[in-house]
Amino acid sequence: MTTQQLIDKANEIRACALTMIFNAQTGHTGGAMSVSDILTVLFYDAMNFGPENASSPDRDRFFLSKGHSCEPYYAILGDRGFFPRSQLATFSQAGSPIIGHPNNAVNGVEVCTGALGHGLPVAVGAAIGAKRTGKAYKTFVVMGDGEQAEGSVWEAAMAAANYKLDNLWAVVDRNGLQISGPTEDVMALDKLSEKYSSFGWDVTELDGNDVSALHEYFHSDRPKGKPHMLIARTVKGKGLPFAENRPEWHHKVPTVEQLREAYTALGIKEVRF
Amino acid sequence: MEMRHLRGAFTQEIERLATEDKTIFALATDSRGSVTLTDFAKHLPEQFVECGIAEQDAVGIAAGLANSGLRPFVCGPACFYSMRSAEQVKVDVAYSHTNVKIIGVSGGVSYGALGSTHHSTQDIALMRAIPGLEVFIPSDAVQMTALTDYLAKSDIAAYVRVGRGAVPVFYDVNASFTPGKAVKLKTGCDGAIIACGEMVYPALKAADKLNDKGYSFSVYDMFCIKPLDTIAILEAADTGFVLTAEEHSVYGGLGGAVSEVLSQVKPVPMTIMGLPDEKTFSGNSAEVLAHYGLTSEGIYERAVEGLKKWKSI
Repeated sequence: MTTQQLIDKANEIRACALTMIFNAQTGHTGGAMSVSDILTVLFYDAMNFGPENASSPDRDRFFLSKGHSCEPYYAILGDRGFFPRSQLATFSQAGSPIIGHPNNAVNGVEVCTGALGHGLPVAVGAAIGAKRTGKAYKTFVVMGDGEQAEGSVWEAAMAAANYKLDNLWAVVDRNGLQISGPTEDVMALDKLSEKYSSFGWDVTELDGNDVSALHEYFHSDRPKGKPHMLIARTVKGKGLPFAENRPEWHHKVPTVEQLREAYTALGIKEVRF
Repeated sequence: MEMRHLRGAFTQEIERLATEDKTIFALATDSRGSVTLTDFAKHLPEQFVECGIAEQDAVGIAAGLANSGLRPFVCGPACFYSMRSAEQVKVDVAYSHTNVKIIGVSGGVSYGALGSTHHSTQDIALMRAIPGLEVFIPSDAVQMTALTDYLAKSDIAAYVRVGRGAVPVFYDVNASFTPGKAVKLKTGCDGAIIACGEMVYPALKAADKLNDKGYSFSVYDMFCIKPLDTIAILEAADTGFVLTAEEHSVYGGLGGAVSEVLSQVKPVPMTIMGLPDEKTFSGNSAEVLAHYGLTSEGIYERAVEGLKKWKSI
Protein backbone atom coordinates (compact mmCIF):
# COMPACT_ATOMS: atom_id res chain seq x y z
CA MET A 1 0.00 0.00 0.00
CA THR A 2 1.07 3.59 -0.58
CA THR A 3 1.28 5.99 2.33
CA GLN A 4 -2.00 7.59 1.28
CA GLN A 5 -3.67 4.18 1.05
CA LEU A 6 -2.45 3.33 4.56
CA ILE A 7 -3.78 6.66 5.88
CA ASP A 8 -7.14 6.00 4.22
CA LYS A 9 -7.23 2.42 5.50
CA ALA A 10 -6.47 3.53 9.07
CA ASN A 11 -9.33 6.01 8.95
CA GLU A 12 -11.64 3.38 7.46
CA ILE A 13 -10.68 1.07 10.37
CA ARG A 14 -11.33 3.88 12.86
CA ALA A 15 -14.79 4.49 11.42
CA CYS A 16 -15.54 0.79 11.44
CA ALA A 17 -14.36 0.41 15.06
CA LEU A 18 -16.38 3.43 16.18
CA THR A 19 -19.47 2.07 14.45
CA MET A 20 -19.03 -1.26 16.22
CA ILE A 21 -18.81 0.61 19.53
CA PHE A 22 -21.90 2.65 18.65
CA ASN A 23 -23.89 -0.43 17.62
CA ALA A 24 -22.90 -2.33 20.77
CA GLN A 25 -23.21 0.76 22.98
CA THR A 26 -19.99 -0.36 24.66
CA GLY A 27 -16.28 -0.25 23.89
CA HIS A 28 -12.99 1.51 24.46
CA THR A 29 -13.04 4.41 22.04
CA GLY A 30 -9.94 6.40 23.01
CA GLY A 31 -7.33 3.64 22.84
CA ALA A 32 -8.98 2.13 19.77
CA MET A 33 -8.40 5.38 17.90
CA SER A 34 -4.83 5.92 19.12
CA VAL A 35 -3.69 2.42 18.12
CA SER A 36 -5.39 2.26 14.69
CA ASP A 37 -2.41 3.50 12.67
CA ILE A 38 -0.08 1.02 14.38
CA LEU A 39 -2.42 -1.91 13.72
CA THR A 40 -3.05 -0.82 10.15
CA VAL A 41 0.65 -0.65 9.29
CA LEU A 42 1.29 -4.00 10.99
CA PHE A 43 -1.56 -5.85 9.26
CA TYR A 44 -1.48 -4.22 5.80
CA ASP A 45 2.20 -3.48 5.46
CA ALA A 46 4.64 -5.02 7.92
CA MET A 47 3.57 -8.51 8.95
CA ASN A 48 3.57 -11.80 7.07
CA PHE A 49 0.19 -12.73 8.50
CA GLY A 50 -3.08 -13.04 6.67
CA PRO A 51 -6.02 -15.42 6.29
CA GLU A 52 -4.05 -17.40 3.71
CA ASN A 53 -1.35 -18.38 6.23
CA ALA A 54 -3.35 -18.09 9.48
CA SER A 55 -2.58 -21.65 10.52
CA SER A 56 0.90 -21.89 9.06
CA PRO A 57 3.64 -22.52 11.63
CA ASP A 58 5.69 -19.89 9.80
CA ARG A 59 3.19 -17.02 10.09
CA ASP A 60 4.28 -13.92 11.94
CA ARG A 61 2.74 -13.80 15.40
CA PHE A 62 0.69 -10.87 16.67
CA PHE A 63 -0.53 -10.31 20.23
CA LEU A 64 -2.71 -7.36 21.27
CA SER A 65 -1.74 -7.04 24.90
CA LYS A 66 -3.86 -3.90 25.35
CA GLY A 67 -6.83 -6.11 24.66
CA HIS A 68 -9.41 -3.41 25.36
CA SER A 69 -8.48 -1.87 21.99
CA CYS A 70 -9.98 -4.88 20.27
CA GLU A 71 -12.41 -2.99 18.00
CA PRO A 72 -9.88 -1.92 15.32
CA TYR A 73 -8.20 -5.33 15.67
CA TYR A 74 -11.47 -7.14 14.88
CA ALA A 75 -12.26 -4.59 12.18
CA ILE A 76 -8.92 -5.36 10.50
CA LEU A 77 -9.34 -9.13 10.85
CA GLY A 78 -12.79 -8.86 9.28
CA ASP A 79 -11.53 -6.57 6.53
CA ARG A 80 -8.58 -8.88 5.79
CA GLY A 81 -10.96 -11.85 5.52
CA PHE A 82 -10.02 -13.85 8.61
CA PHE A 83 -13.79 -14.14 9.08
CA PRO A 84 -16.77 -12.73 7.16
CA ARG A 85 -16.75 -8.98 7.62
CA SER A 86 -20.50 -9.04 8.25
CA GLN A 87 -19.78 -10.68 11.62
CA LEU A 88 -18.46 -7.35 12.87
CA ALA A 89 -22.13 -6.46 13.34
CA THR A 90 -22.25 -8.99 16.17
CA PHE A 91 -19.59 -7.22 18.25
CA SER A 92 -20.48 -7.65 21.95
CA GLN A 93 -23.89 -9.13 21.06
CA ALA A 94 -25.21 -12.13 23.00
CA GLY A 95 -23.55 -15.35 21.88
CA SER A 96 -20.99 -13.69 19.58
CA PRO A 97 -17.33 -14.73 19.82
CA ILE A 98 -16.41 -11.15 18.90
CA ILE A 99 -16.45 -9.86 22.46
CA GLY A 100 -15.00 -6.83 24.21
CA HIS A 101 -11.50 -8.26 24.41
CA PRO A 102 -9.55 -10.42 21.94
CA ASN A 103 -10.91 -13.95 21.93
CA ASN A 104 -9.00 -16.71 20.19
CA ALA A 105 -12.22 -18.45 19.25
CA VAL A 106 -12.04 -15.83 16.46
CA ASN A 107 -9.80 -16.75 13.52
CA GLY A 108 -6.65 -14.63 13.54
CA VAL A 109 -6.52 -14.09 17.30
CA GLU A 110 -3.59 -16.08 18.72
CA VAL A 111 -4.45 -16.04 22.43
CA CYS A 112 -7.09 -14.42 24.59
CA THR A 113 -5.91 -11.13 26.05
CA GLY A 114 -7.40 -8.31 28.03
CA ALA A 115 -5.97 -8.91 31.49
CA LEU A 116 -3.10 -6.45 31.22
CA GLY A 117 0.53 -7.43 31.44
CA HIS A 118 0.01 -10.77 29.71
CA GLY A 119 0.94 -10.08 26.09
CA LEU A 120 4.67 -9.49 26.41
CA PRO A 121 5.40 -12.74 28.30
CA VAL A 122 3.42 -14.74 25.72
CA ALA A 123 5.20 -12.92 22.88
CA VAL A 124 8.54 -13.73 24.52
CA GLY A 125 7.53 -17.40 24.54
CA ALA A 126 6.56 -17.29 20.86
CA ALA A 127 9.87 -15.61 20.01
CA ILE A 128 11.89 -18.14 22.01
CA GLY A 129 9.90 -20.87 20.25
CA ALA A 130 10.92 -19.48 16.85
CA LYS A 131 14.59 -19.33 17.85
CA ARG A 132 14.63 -22.83 19.29
CA THR A 133 12.87 -24.41 16.32
CA GLY A 134 14.78 -22.48 13.66
CA LYS A 135 11.73 -20.65 12.33
CA ALA A 136 12.08 -17.26 10.69
CA TYR A 137 8.77 -15.78 11.78
CA LYS A 138 8.70 -12.49 13.67
CA THR A 139 6.66 -11.81 16.79
CA PHE A 140 4.82 -8.54 17.35
CA VAL A 141 3.06 -7.34 20.49
CA VAL A 142 1.23 -4.08 21.16
CA MET A 143 0.90 -2.86 24.73
CA GLY A 144 -0.73 0.15 26.35
CA ASP A 145 1.18 2.75 28.31
CA GLY A 146 -0.93 2.45 31.46
CA GLU A 147 -0.25 -1.27 31.19
CA GLN A 148 3.43 -0.62 31.85
CA ALA A 149 2.60 -0.50 35.58
CA GLU A 150 2.01 -4.27 35.53
CA GLY A 151 5.02 -6.07 37.01
CA SER A 152 4.77 -9.00 34.61
CA VAL A 153 5.67 -6.61 31.74
CA TRP A 154 9.08 -6.10 33.30
CA GLU A 155 9.60 -9.77 34.06
CA ALA A 156 9.15 -10.36 30.34
CA ALA A 157 11.26 -7.31 29.40
CA MET A 158 14.11 -8.90 31.35
CA ALA A 159 13.59 -12.31 29.75
CA ALA A 160 13.44 -10.86 26.22
CA ALA A 161 16.84 -9.22 26.66
CA ASN A 162 18.26 -12.28 28.44
CA TYR A 163 17.36 -14.45 25.45
CA LYS A 164 18.51 -11.77 22.95
CA LEU A 165 15.17 -11.90 21.15
CA ASP A 166 15.94 -9.83 18.06
CA ASN A 167 12.94 -11.54 16.43
CA LEU A 168 10.57 -9.72 18.81
CA TRP A 169 8.99 -6.30 18.14
CA ALA A 170 7.08 -4.69 21.01
CA VAL A 171 5.11 -1.48 20.63
CA VAL A 172 3.81 0.77 23.39
CA ASP A 173 0.83 2.87 22.34
CA ARG A 174 2.07 5.91 24.26
CA ASN A 175 -1.08 8.03 24.24
CA GLY A 176 -0.33 9.40 27.70
CA LEU A 177 -3.78 8.80 29.14
CA GLN A 178 -5.36 5.99 31.09
CA ILE A 179 -8.82 5.59 32.56
CA SER A 180 -8.14 7.79 35.61
CA GLY A 181 -6.21 10.51 33.80
CA PRO A 182 -2.69 11.25 32.54
CA THR A 183 -0.30 8.33 32.99
CA GLU A 184 2.19 10.68 34.61
CA ASP A 185 -0.36 11.50 37.33
CA VAL A 186 -1.57 7.92 37.86
CA MET A 187 1.81 6.17 37.85
CA ALA A 188 4.69 8.07 36.29
CA LEU A 189 6.28 6.20 33.37
CA ASP A 190 8.84 8.60 31.99
CA LYS A 191 11.53 8.11 30.92
CA LEU A 192 10.03 5.00 29.38
CA SER A 193 12.61 4.78 26.59
CA GLU A 194 15.45 4.85 29.07
CA LYS A 195 13.76 2.17 31.15
CA TYR A 196 13.68 -0.24 28.20
CA SER A 197 17.17 0.79 27.05
CA SER A 198 18.53 0.00 30.48
CA PHE A 199 16.82 -3.41 30.27
CA GLY A 200 18.87 -4.09 27.13
CA TRP A 201 16.35 -3.32 24.39
CA ASP A 202 16.80 -1.58 21.04
CA VAL A 203 14.46 1.39 21.61
CA THR A 204 12.97 3.80 19.07
CA GLU A 205 10.50 6.62 19.67
CA LEU A 206 8.37 8.09 16.92
CA ASP A 207 4.96 9.52 16.10
CA GLY A 208 2.69 6.48 16.29
CA ASN A 209 -0.06 8.16 14.29
CA ASP A 210 2.29 8.73 11.34
CA VAL A 211 1.88 5.71 9.06
CA SER A 212 4.86 6.73 6.99
CA ALA A 213 7.15 6.76 10.04
CA LEU A 214 5.70 3.42 11.19
CA HIS A 215 6.27 1.92 7.74
CA GLU A 216 9.88 3.13 7.73
CA TYR A 217 10.46 1.71 11.21
CA PHE A 218 9.06 -1.76 10.57
CA HIS A 219 11.04 -2.05 7.35
CA SER A 220 14.32 -0.83 8.84
CA ASP A 221 17.29 -2.98 9.75
CA ARG A 222 17.40 -3.30 13.51
CA PRO A 223 20.39 -4.23 15.67
CA LYS A 224 21.01 -7.95 16.21
CA GLY A 225 20.96 -9.59 19.61
CA LYS A 226 18.35 -7.31 21.20
CA PRO A 227 14.56 -7.18 21.31
CA HIS A 228 13.02 -4.13 19.62
CA MET A 229 10.84 -1.61 21.42
CA LEU A 230 8.87 1.08 19.67
CA ILE A 231 7.52 3.81 21.90
CA ALA A 232 4.78 5.07 19.60
CA ARG A 233 3.66 8.53 20.70
CA THR A 234 0.00 8.76 19.85
CA VAL A 235 -3.09 10.83 20.54
CA LYS A 236 -5.83 9.13 22.49
CA GLY A 237 -9.07 9.46 20.56
CA LYS A 238 -7.06 10.31 17.39
CA GLY A 239 -9.23 11.43 14.50
CA LEU A 240 -12.31 12.24 16.56
CA PRO A 241 -12.48 16.02 17.17
CA PHE A 242 -14.64 15.53 20.26
CA ALA A 243 -12.49 12.84 21.85
CA GLU A 244 -8.84 13.66 21.20
CA ASN A 245 -6.77 13.80 24.40
CA ARG A 246 -9.84 13.56 26.63
CA PRO A 247 -9.53 10.86 29.32
CA GLU A 248 -13.32 10.41 29.65
CA TRP A 249 -13.29 8.95 26.13
CA HIS A 250 -11.38 5.92 27.41
CA HIS A 251 -14.61 3.97 27.17
CA LYS A 252 -17.26 6.49 26.26
CA VAL A 253 -19.75 5.65 23.50
CA PRO A 254 -20.50 8.23 20.77
CA THR A 255 -23.96 9.63 20.16
CA VAL A 256 -25.36 9.32 16.64
CA GLU A 257 -24.42 12.96 16.01
CA GLN A 258 -20.86 12.29 17.17
CA LEU A 259 -20.71 9.23 14.95
CA ARG A 260 -21.66 11.39 11.95
CA GLU A 261 -19.14 14.04 13.02
CA ALA A 262 -16.47 11.33 13.22
CA TYR A 263 -17.29 10.04 9.71
CA THR A 264 -16.91 13.57 8.35
CA ALA A 265 -13.61 14.11 10.17
CA LEU A 266 -12.29 10.75 8.96
CA GLY A 267 -13.50 11.27 5.40
CA ILE A 268 -15.81 8.27 5.50
CA LYS A 269 -19.26 8.36 3.89
CA GLU A 270 -20.76 5.31 5.56
CA VAL A 271 -19.87 2.03 7.28
CA ARG A 272 -21.67 -1.15 6.30
CA PHE A 273 -21.04 -4.60 7.72
CA MET B 1 8.64 -50.85 51.16
CA GLU B 2 10.11 -48.92 48.28
CA MET B 3 10.05 -45.17 48.79
CA ARG B 4 10.31 -42.73 45.87
CA HIS B 5 9.52 -39.08 45.44
CA LEU B 6 7.18 -38.05 42.66
CA ARG B 7 9.35 -35.16 41.51
CA GLY B 8 12.04 -37.59 40.48
CA ALA B 9 9.55 -39.91 38.81
CA PHE B 10 8.29 -36.99 36.73
CA THR B 11 11.67 -35.63 35.68
CA GLN B 12 13.06 -39.05 34.85
CA GLU B 13 10.11 -39.78 32.59
CA ILE B 14 9.86 -36.33 31.01
CA GLU B 15 13.56 -36.40 30.13
CA ARG B 16 13.13 -39.81 28.52
CA LEU B 17 10.16 -38.55 26.50
CA ALA B 18 11.83 -35.24 25.58
CA THR B 19 14.88 -37.05 24.27
CA GLU B 20 12.62 -38.65 21.67
CA ASP B 21 10.16 -35.79 21.16
CA LYS B 22 11.92 -32.48 20.58
CA THR B 23 8.68 -30.52 21.01
CA ILE B 24 8.63 -31.28 24.73
CA PHE B 25 10.05 -28.35 26.69
CA ALA B 26 10.64 -27.82 30.40
CA LEU B 27 10.58 -24.39 32.05
CA ALA B 28 11.84 -23.53 35.50
CA THR B 29 11.90 -20.45 37.69
CA ASP B 30 15.27 -20.82 39.43
CA SER B 31 13.72 -24.10 40.49
CA ARG B 32 15.61 -26.66 38.40
CA GLY B 33 17.22 -28.06 41.54
CA SER B 34 14.08 -28.33 43.63
CA VAL B 35 12.14 -29.79 40.71
CA THR B 36 15.09 -32.12 39.93
CA LEU B 37 15.40 -30.78 36.38
CA THR B 38 19.15 -30.20 36.58
CA ASP B 39 19.92 -33.22 34.40
CA PHE B 40 17.21 -32.26 31.89
CA ALA B 41 18.73 -28.77 31.60
CA LYS B 42 22.20 -30.27 31.15
CA HIS B 43 21.24 -32.97 28.65
CA LEU B 44 18.58 -31.08 26.68
CA PRO B 45 19.55 -27.38 26.92
CA GLU B 46 17.68 -26.48 23.73
CA GLN B 47 14.46 -27.80 25.29
CA PHE B 48 14.92 -26.06 28.62
CA VAL B 49 13.96 -22.45 29.38
CA GLU B 50 15.11 -20.79 32.59
CA CYS B 51 12.71 -17.96 33.46
CA GLY B 52 14.31 -16.66 36.65
CA ILE B 53 12.20 -16.07 39.74
CA ALA B 54 9.16 -14.92 37.75
CA GLU B 55 6.25 -17.35 37.77
CA GLN B 56 3.81 -15.08 35.92
CA ASP B 57 6.33 -14.65 33.13
CA ALA B 58 7.07 -18.39 33.07
CA VAL B 59 3.43 -19.34 32.49
CA GLY B 60 3.05 -16.62 29.83
CA ILE B 61 6.25 -17.78 28.11
CA ALA B 62 4.95 -21.35 28.20
CA ALA B 63 1.73 -20.23 26.50
CA GLY B 64 3.82 -18.53 23.82
CA LEU B 65 5.93 -21.66 23.35
CA ALA B 66 2.72 -23.67 22.96
CA ASN B 67 1.55 -21.11 20.40
CA SER B 68 4.75 -21.79 18.47
CA GLY B 69 3.87 -25.51 18.32
CA LEU B 70 5.77 -26.82 21.35
CA ARG B 71 4.60 -28.81 24.38
CA PRO B 72 5.85 -26.96 27.45
CA PHE B 73 5.92 -28.23 31.03
CA VAL B 74 6.30 -25.42 33.58
CA CYS B 75 7.82 -26.79 36.76
CA GLY B 76 8.23 -25.17 40.13
CA PRO B 77 6.83 -24.90 43.65
CA ALA B 78 3.07 -25.48 43.66
CA CYS B 79 2.54 -22.62 46.11
CA PHE B 80 3.74 -20.03 43.58
CA TYR B 81 2.28 -21.53 40.41
CA SER B 82 -1.16 -21.97 41.94
CA MET B 83 -1.43 -18.44 43.30
CA ARG B 84 1.03 -15.91 41.90
CA SER B 85 0.55 -17.00 38.30
CA ALA B 86 -3.10 -18.02 38.70
CA GLU B 87 -4.27 -15.38 36.23
CA GLN B 88 -1.79 -16.53 33.60
CA VAL B 89 -3.02 -20.10 34.10
CA LYS B 90 -6.60 -18.92 33.69
CA VAL B 91 -6.14 -16.55 30.72
CA ASP B 92 -2.99 -17.50 28.80
CA VAL B 93 -3.41 -21.24 29.26
CA ALA B 94 -6.94 -22.44 30.04
CA TYR B 95 -9.06 -19.72 28.43
CA SER B 96 -6.73 -19.58 25.40
CA HIS B 97 -6.50 -23.39 25.08
CA THR B 98 -2.72 -23.38 24.92
CA ASN B 99 -1.27 -26.80 25.61
CA VAL B 100 0.68 -26.01 28.76
CA LYS B 101 1.22 -28.39 31.65
CA ILE B 102 1.87 -26.90 35.10
CA ILE B 103 3.78 -29.22 37.39
CA GLY B 104 3.54 -27.88 40.94
CA VAL B 105 6.08 -29.60 43.15
CA SER B 106 6.53 -29.66 46.92
CA GLY B 107 2.78 -29.11 47.19
CA GLY B 108 0.48 -29.18 50.18
CA VAL B 109 2.50 -28.71 53.38
CA SER B 110 5.62 -30.42 51.96
CA TYR B 111 7.76 -27.43 52.80
CA GLY B 112 6.78 -27.84 56.46
CA ALA B 113 8.52 -25.36 58.71
CA LEU B 114 9.17 -22.94 55.84
CA GLY B 115 5.64 -21.90 56.68
CA SER B 116 2.41 -20.96 54.99
CA THR B 117 4.08 -18.79 52.32
CA HIS B 118 5.40 -22.05 50.89
CA HIS B 119 2.35 -24.22 51.43
CA SER B 120 -0.14 -24.80 48.64
CA THR B 121 -3.34 -25.69 50.41
CA GLN B 122 -5.81 -23.81 48.21
CA ASP B 123 -4.62 -25.02 44.81
CA ILE B 124 -7.23 -27.72 44.22
CA ALA B 125 -10.05 -25.28 44.97
CA LEU B 126 -8.60 -22.67 42.65
CA MET B 127 -7.49 -24.82 39.73
CA ARG B 128 -10.56 -27.02 39.52
CA ALA B 129 -12.76 -23.94 39.11
CA ILE B 130 -10.98 -22.97 35.89
CA PRO B 131 -12.70 -24.29 32.74
CA GLY B 132 -10.38 -25.95 30.24
CA LEU B 133 -7.89 -27.21 32.77
CA GLU B 134 -7.44 -30.76 34.02
CA VAL B 135 -6.26 -31.25 37.61
CA PHE B 136 -4.32 -34.24 38.89
CA ILE B 137 -2.97 -35.08 42.34
CA PRO B 138 -1.04 -38.35 41.87
CA SER B 139 -0.38 -40.60 44.83
CA ASP B 140 2.83 -42.52 44.08
CA ALA B 141 5.79 -42.58 41.73
CA VAL B 142 4.40 -45.32 39.48
CA GLN B 143 1.22 -43.33 38.93
CA MET B 144 3.27 -40.17 38.34
CA THR B 145 5.23 -41.87 35.58
CA ALA B 146 2.04 -43.04 33.88
CA LEU B 147 0.51 -39.61 34.30
CA THR B 148 3.58 -38.00 32.72
CA ASP B 149 3.15 -40.25 29.68
CA TYR B 150 -0.48 -39.14 29.44
CA LEU B 151 0.37 -35.45 29.83
CA ALA B 152 2.99 -35.62 27.10
CA LYS B 153 0.39 -36.96 24.66
CA SER B 154 -2.61 -34.93 25.78
CA ASP B 155 -3.62 -31.71 24.06
CA ILE B 156 -5.50 -30.46 27.14
CA ALA B 157 -3.85 -28.09 29.61
CA ALA B 158 -3.34 -29.46 33.10
CA TYR B 159 -2.26 -28.59 36.61
CA VAL B 160 -0.51 -31.36 38.53
CA ARG B 161 0.49 -31.21 42.18
CA VAL B 162 3.04 -33.49 43.74
CA GLY B 163 4.75 -33.54 47.13
CA ARG B 164 8.38 -33.20 48.04
CA GLY B 165 9.52 -36.22 50.01
CA ALA B 166 9.83 -39.90 49.16
CA VAL B 167 6.57 -41.76 49.70
CA PRO B 168 5.63 -45.45 49.53
CA VAL B 169 5.28 -46.99 46.08
CA PHE B 170 2.15 -49.12 46.24
CA TYR B 171 1.09 -49.45 42.62
CA ASP B 172 2.34 -52.29 40.45
CA VAL B 173 4.47 -51.04 37.59
CA ASN B 174 1.99 -52.58 35.17
CA ALA B 175 -1.02 -50.80 36.67
CA SER B 176 -2.93 -48.73 34.12
CA PHE B 177 -4.40 -45.33 34.82
CA THR B 178 -7.22 -43.60 33.02
CA PRO B 179 -7.74 -39.89 33.58
CA GLY B 180 -11.25 -39.40 34.84
CA LYS B 181 -11.35 -42.83 36.43
CA ALA B 182 -10.53 -43.19 40.11
CA VAL B 183 -8.62 -46.29 41.21
CA LYS B 184 -10.60 -48.50 43.59
CA LEU B 185 -8.00 -49.96 45.92
CA LYS B 186 -10.26 -51.71 48.42
CA THR B 187 -13.88 -52.78 48.52
CA GLY B 188 -15.98 -52.53 51.67
CA CYS B 189 -19.57 -52.04 52.79
CA ASP B 190 -19.46 -49.99 56.01
CA GLY B 191 -18.05 -46.85 54.47
CA ALA B 192 -15.76 -45.45 51.79
CA ILE B 193 -12.61 -43.37 51.95
CA ILE B 194 -11.87 -41.17 48.96
CA ALA B 195 -8.38 -39.71 49.08
CA CYS B 196 -5.93 -38.03 46.76
CA GLY B 197 -2.19 -37.52 46.55
CA GLU B 198 -0.12 -38.49 49.49
CA MET B 199 -3.21 -39.14 51.64
CA VAL B 200 -4.01 -42.29 49.66
CA TYR B 201 -1.42 -44.50 51.33
CA PRO B 202 -2.45 -43.49 54.89
CA ALA B 203 -6.06 -44.10 53.80
CA LEU B 204 -5.13 -47.66 52.81
CA LYS B 205 -3.43 -48.22 56.18
CA ALA B 206 -6.48 -46.79 57.97
CA ALA B 207 -8.74 -49.17 56.03
CA ASP B 208 -6.54 -52.09 57.09
CA LYS B 209 -6.92 -51.12 60.73
CA LEU B 210 -10.66 -50.62 60.32
CA ASN B 211 -10.81 -54.08 58.81
CA ASP B 212 -8.93 -55.49 61.81
CA LYS B 213 -11.62 -53.96 64.02
CA GLY B 214 -14.41 -55.50 61.98
CA TYR B 215 -15.34 -52.57 59.69
CA SER B 216 -14.90 -52.91 55.97
CA PHE B 217 -14.16 -49.77 53.96
CA SER B 218 -13.73 -49.09 50.28
CA VAL B 219 -10.74 -46.92 49.36
CA TYR B 220 -10.59 -44.83 46.21
CA ASP B 221 -7.59 -42.98 44.83
CA MET B 222 -9.15 -39.89 43.25
CA PHE B 223 -5.96 -38.75 41.52
CA CYS B 224 -8.10 -37.09 38.87
CA ILE B 225 -9.72 -34.12 40.56
CA LYS B 226 -10.80 -32.96 37.12
CA PRO B 227 -12.23 -34.72 35.22
CA LEU B 228 -13.78 -36.09 38.40
CA ASP B 229 -14.97 -39.70 38.55
CA THR B 230 -18.59 -39.13 39.57
CA ILE B 231 -19.47 -42.79 39.00
CA ALA B 232 -16.92 -43.86 41.60
CA ILE B 233 -18.23 -41.23 44.00
CA LEU B 234 -21.82 -42.46 43.61
CA GLU B 235 -20.61 -46.04 44.10
CA ALA B 236 -18.77 -44.98 47.26
CA ALA B 237 -22.01 -43.43 48.53
CA ASP B 238 -23.71 -46.85 48.33
CA THR B 239 -21.85 -47.68 51.55
CA GLY B 240 -23.84 -44.97 53.31
CA PHE B 241 -20.84 -43.02 54.61
CA VAL B 242 -18.05 -41.23 52.72
CA LEU B 243 -14.87 -39.83 54.24
CA THR B 244 -12.55 -37.71 52.13
CA ALA B 245 -8.90 -37.05 52.99
CA GLU B 246 -6.64 -34.50 51.34
CA GLU B 247 -3.60 -32.32 52.02
CA HIS B 248 -5.57 -29.17 51.28
CA SER B 249 -7.94 -26.74 52.90
CA VAL B 250 -11.27 -28.29 53.87
CA TYR B 251 -12.78 -25.61 51.66
CA GLY B 252 -13.20 -26.33 47.98
CA GLY B 253 -10.88 -29.27 47.53
CA LEU B 254 -11.54 -32.99 47.06
CA GLY B 255 -14.09 -32.97 49.88
CA GLY B 256 -15.88 -30.06 48.27
CA ALA B 257 -15.87 -31.76 44.88
CA VAL B 258 -17.26 -35.02 46.31
CA SER B 259 -19.93 -33.23 48.31
CA GLU B 260 -20.99 -31.21 45.24
CA VAL B 261 -21.77 -34.51 43.54
CA LEU B 262 -23.38 -36.30 46.47
CA SER B 263 -25.46 -33.42 47.84
CA GLN B 264 -27.20 -33.09 44.49
CA VAL B 265 -27.57 -36.73 43.49
CA LYS B 266 -27.24 -39.06 46.43
CA PRO B 267 -26.91 -37.27 49.78
CA VAL B 268 -25.06 -39.35 52.37
CA PRO B 269 -23.25 -38.34 55.55
CA MET B 270 -19.69 -37.19 54.89
CA THR B 271 -16.55 -36.41 56.82
CA ILE B 272 -14.18 -33.99 55.08
CA MET B 273 -10.63 -34.29 56.36
CA GLY B 274 -8.10 -31.62 55.47
CA LEU B 275 -6.51 -28.48 56.83
CA PRO B 276 -8.80 -26.21 58.84
CA ASP B 277 -9.38 -22.56 58.03
CA GLU B 278 -6.59 -21.19 60.19
CA LYS B 279 -2.95 -20.18 60.02
CA THR B 280 -1.18 -23.49 59.59
CA PHE B 281 0.54 -25.06 62.60
CA SER B 282 4.31 -24.86 62.32
CA GLY B 283 6.52 -27.91 62.07
CA ASN B 284 7.95 -30.22 59.47
CA SER B 285 5.45 -31.69 57.06
CA ALA B 286 4.92 -34.88 59.09
CA GLU B 287 4.37 -32.81 62.23
CA VAL B 288 1.90 -30.52 60.48
CA LEU B 289 -0.04 -33.47 59.07
CA ALA B 290 -0.01 -35.22 62.47
CA HIS B 291 -1.23 -32.04 64.18
CA TYR B 292 -4.29 -32.06 61.96
CA GLY B 293 -4.84 -35.81 62.11
CA LEU B 294 -3.94 -36.32 58.46
CA THR B 295 -2.36 -39.70 59.20
CA SER B 296 -3.52 -43.30 58.98
CA GLU B 297 -4.38 -43.16 62.70
CA GLY B 298 -6.26 -39.89 62.27
CA ILE B 299 -8.24 -41.20 59.31
CA TYR B 300 -9.06 -44.36 61.29
CA GLU B 301 -10.34 -42.32 64.24
CA ARG B 302 -12.50 -40.05 62.09
CA ALA B 303 -13.89 -43.07 60.26
CA VAL B 304 -14.89 -44.74 63.53
CA GLU B 305 -16.37 -41.45 64.75
CA GLY B 306 -18.39 -41.22 61.54
CA LEU B 307 -19.66 -44.76 61.85
CA LYS B 308 -20.83 -44.10 65.41
CA LYS B 309 -22.46 -40.83 64.49
CA TRP B 310 -24.12 -41.78 61.23
CA LYS B 311 -24.52 -45.52 61.24
CA SER B 312 -24.92 -46.18 64.97
CA ILE B 313 -22.17 -48.76 64.81
